[in-house]
Amino acid sequence: MSEADGKYRRVAYYPGCALEGSGHAYDRSTKALGKELGLDLVEVENWNCCGAMEVKNIDPKLQTYLSSRVMSIAASEMGFDTVMAPCNGCYHNLKKAEHDLAEDPATVAVVERLSEKAGHETYKAGDIETIHALDWIREAIGEDGIRERVKNTLSGLKIANYYGCMYTRPRHIFPEKDQGPNSESTYEPHFMDDLLRAAGAEIVDYPLKTACCGGAHTLSDCDTSTKLVLNLLEAAEACGADVIATECPTCHSGLEMHQIRAETRYGRKTGVKMLYFTQLLGLALGIRPRKLGIHENVSDSRALLKEKGLA
Amino acid sequence: MPIHEKSLIRPENIISHENLEIDGIDVSGHWSTFIKPRVVTDYNEDTEEEIAALPGGEFIHRCWQCGSCTNSCTVNALDPEFNPRYWIYLARLGMEDELLRDKDRIWQCVSCNKCTYSCPRDVNPEGVMKAMSHWLELKGHTPTSPSMQFDEEFSGQVFETGRIEEGRIIRGFFKRTGQNLMQDWLVELVKRLIRGLPVKLLMTMGLANIFRPRTRGWGPAREAIEEYVAERKMADRKALGLDEPGIAEQESEQ
Repeated sequence: MSEADGKYRRVAYYPGCALEGSGHAYDRSTKALGKELGLDLVEVENWNCCGAMEVKNIDPKLQTYLSSRVMSIAASEMGFDTVMAPCNGCYHNLKKAEHDLAEDPATVAVVERLSEKAGHETYKAGDIETIHALDWIREAIGEDGIRERVKNTLSGLKIANYYGCMYTRPRHIFPEKDQGPNSESTYEPHFMDDLLRAAGAEIVDYPLKTACCGGAHTLSDCDTSTKLVLNLLEAAEACGADVIATECPTCHSGLEMHQIRAETRYGRKTGVKMLYFTQLLGLALGIRPRKLGIHENVSDSRALLKEKGLA
Repeated sequence: MPIHEKSLIRPENIISHENLEIDGIDVSGHWSTFIKPRVVTDYNEDTEEEIAALPGGEFIHRCWQCGSCTNSCTVNALDPEFNPRYWIYLARLGMEDELLRDKDRIWQCVSCNKCTYSCPRDVNPEGVMKAMSHWLELKGHTPTSPSMQFDEEFSGQVFETGRIEEGRIIRGFFKRTGQNLMQDWLVELVKRLIRGLPVKLLMTMGLANIFRPRTRGWGPAREAIEEYVAERKMADRKALGLDEPGIAEQESEQ
């Protein structure tokens, strides 16, 4: 069994702000999945916001500082060598901070200064590895591991996998991607496809995997976001998908929110349902839907899951 | 950078004569149409440097106008006038009048990073778009964009407590921009949200409004951040020559 590897079986867990609010179901299902699979998640103590999509527009180095504080606590105070972030925004920012602190002395100077004044250890590039929830499951359990553990196959469920922007772009902050077979591709990511396929799902060919949902302007430029989301939803339906699998709370709530806005404002109704990939894997492993927060999703997938014999 | 831009020749820049005679020679017909000439004073030689001085704009000088950014752009697909490649061209030449025609568009960049991904010269066009919209605001060409208002609301809460609470962000942003919170689609969203949520979670979410989530011992970090932000703001204004009178003299004395 893949446990022999042992990689990522115990990691620092950085949920981030969204997972305490609109992304609560993602937090719940990630933890439930960890528990079911015997993987330890130890929450980063007294964490702070990574800076999301906003602080960089005040100043990018400040965003790097915020992200570095999280890594500093996980590495120096808690002694972890890996921190796992399920949110694309958090994951992206920690990766970007790692990159900038390795490459840009001016950023290092700002982070040193702020860390000293704030009274915590300055984070140094290389002290910890940041991974996404997808890397976590894929390395610690793997496709074979999932296949062995499936209790309710997802067969019959047609899924379009949506990765969004922050998981793969820009390429230079993800040095481990695009390294040939077995590594993630920034052009056509496939980790979520692989895992859900192993759980029995029928993965549809979805060309908008890494298209943008307008998340950064989800409230400040609603019409643009609605158009972008509607495009994602209608394309998924045209590909025959019942479900769009997500791996980011901002994308997920953006899709749900603008699905409703497209319906109320433009009369464009779409029926495709959004589910976090952790919820889908959890269902396949036989975890109870309530424990996965299926009822918390705004796009209500319960009837569909019942029809497919999954809930 | 001899890029031929058809759109540069706007109707108002075309001088046309029905019948034209030059030096006694009749040049009516094709030869009667001219493009209004530009002169050296039409260009602002500082534009590129000013934008480069703002965070994100540092590498604007690397651009060689291949157009990969515009080609990959998410917003361009919705609005063909949204053209990062062209704006970088204008900024580098210092054609401010032309750039200002699109001043109410530039902030709409959604930061999807497709441009930065495809740029062969590491210009970081996403950062340049942010620097440009920041530049427009600082120079007083545009009011603070909705996007920047959101960023300020969000960042303000992060600086204050170390974390954000989404409900507070939404209310703060709508208040800041003078919008009614009771939008039909938001009401519908909340209705559908509540339908599935357990009472316990609703209570937790409600309580988060009163007992705001915060990072313990955040005070010193907050102070350090606020001091840094104030410095940054001053540096940005200085780079754009917007210093309040007196500051420049004080510094030159030192």
